[in-house]
Amino acid sequence: MKNPANSSEKSSKGGWMSFLKGLIPGNNDSTFVPPFSLSGWIFLLAGLIPALIVGWLIYPMALYSKQPQPMNFNHVLHLDPDVGGIEGDTETEQCLYCHEFRDDGSFVGIPRLAKCTECHDDPESPLGETLEEKDFLEKYVADEKEIPWLSYYRQPDCVYFSHIAHVRMGEMECRTCHGDHHKTENLPTYRANILTGYSINIWGKNIAGYKFNTWDRMKMDDCAECHTKKGHEENNACFVCHK
Amino acid sequence: MKEKHVPGKRYGMIIDLDKCTGCGTCTIACAAENNVSVRSDESDKERSITWMELFKITNGKEFPHTEVCYFPRPCMHCEEDGRGHHQPSCVSVCVATATKLDHNTGIVSQVYTRCIGCRYCQAACPYKARYFNWWDAYFPKGKGLERYLSPEVSPRMRGVVEKCTFCHHRLMRAKNLAYAEERRELEEDEYITACAEACPAQAITFGDLNNPKHRVSQLIKSPYAFRLLERLNTKPKVYYLSNKDWVRKLADNYLPGEFEKIMKLSG
Repeated sequence: MKNPANSSEKSSKGGWMSFLKGLIPGNNDSTFVPPFSLSGWIFLLAGLIPALIVGWLIYPMALYSKQPQPMNFNHVLHLDPDVGGIEGDTETEQCLYCHEFRDDGSFVGIPRLAKCTECHDDPESPLGETLEEKDFLEKYVADEKEIPWLSYYRQPDCVYFSHIAHVRMGEMECRTCHGDHHKTENLPTYRANILTGYSINIWGKNIAGYKFNTWDRMKMDDCAECHTKKGHEENNACFVCHK
Repeated sequence: MKEKHVPGKRYGMIIDLDKCTGCGTCTIACAAENNVSVRSDESDKERSITWMELFKITNGKEFPHTEVCYFPRPCMHCEEDGRGHHQPSCVSVCVATATKLDHNTGIVSQVYTRCIGCRYCQAACPYKARYFNWWDAYFPKGKGLERYLSPEVSPRMRGVVEKCTFCHHRLMRAKNLAYAEERRELEEDEYITACAEACPAQAITFGDLNNPKHRVSQLIKSPYAFRLLERLNTKPKVYYLSNKDWVRKLADNYLPGEFEKIMKLSG
């Protein structure tokens, strides 16, 4: 309303402004009628608040399935120097003790049973005292059955990712993408989007799209953001990460 | 000039047509390597998908003088669109940025999840190297075909365009191995395409055109080296070799009498 002389401008802008003013109860501008009475406000909020609850709380919960892992795995216990077994000077080397690279440079991801049985070789004599280990020895080691782990970080099929390029050549830490997974005593519940099938760790835990840590989300923009930040813009070429 | 630092690589290929017997092994090796699906009727060539297609050309003469030549044709991975722009014609028409020329490898990428299937690139490609998926990938059950599928190559869905990628996943595999051995540079034979590896006549040579030590960059200097439709100025990175004049003439699709005028060939 800077230019009251311009009448056409005033009517269009003034109408919009007065509409907004009308939303504030108790604002008695004599020239306009509030579009909402008190009962109007009650109806608006009665519709809006449940809609927001459904959209921001119930829908995200319903969108993601909850699947427990086949058994628990205690990262803290295994990495405890008093327990021993895991070798490595740095944090990354300790991770790589089990989540290792093959000779051809490919990455094993979640280790197979053969890696577990390097230490837990005898199903009759558990190394620790936990019930979980006993369960593991009976169920999997005795039968030589692979554990059907659910992978938190499985990328879509069109994505190519080389761990060795990032960890060994790029000298990145595991936690940059995977967070403090090594400091957990219990495996988190696996949650997958029931429509797309992708894990919540890929899609982002926050439905609004906010990201607080580098490991909160693993989408294409997050990869590109890091490439750009580190000055490797050439790695934003399509075929570097797509196959 | 030789000291000039060459940024990146330019992977390319040269196919010796005089060695090619037209056996079609490259076509099969390519399809097996890249999860190219099969049609229930593979003879329907307007619909079937062959990244490495094999053409047969003849000199058109009567019996005693008839000569035949086979032309394997992968994606040419052009560097220009013929009008001086530093991107191939398929890239400049792509509305979805689904295909790009990577200036660090010289490979023209195709991202299937990004492609919207408008088929502009197919129309723009002068070599017909691009194929449209009219159906979802189909691998007949119970014939063991699904066991040959490679996890390194993403399968295509219905409604997208696909093409030869110079077996890009092999480059990534070779890089992984090099990184495991703490190297950044690849040896010449570490990354070659499936067609080059499979060719029983060893007619296909693959390598880095920017590296003077690679065999392919020496072979393209031969006076018998040429490219398909070279006068379109698309700068393909797939070269051919042939001693036969009529083959080179046909490769550029000259009108009668035109070739002699341009090339000023004697005899």
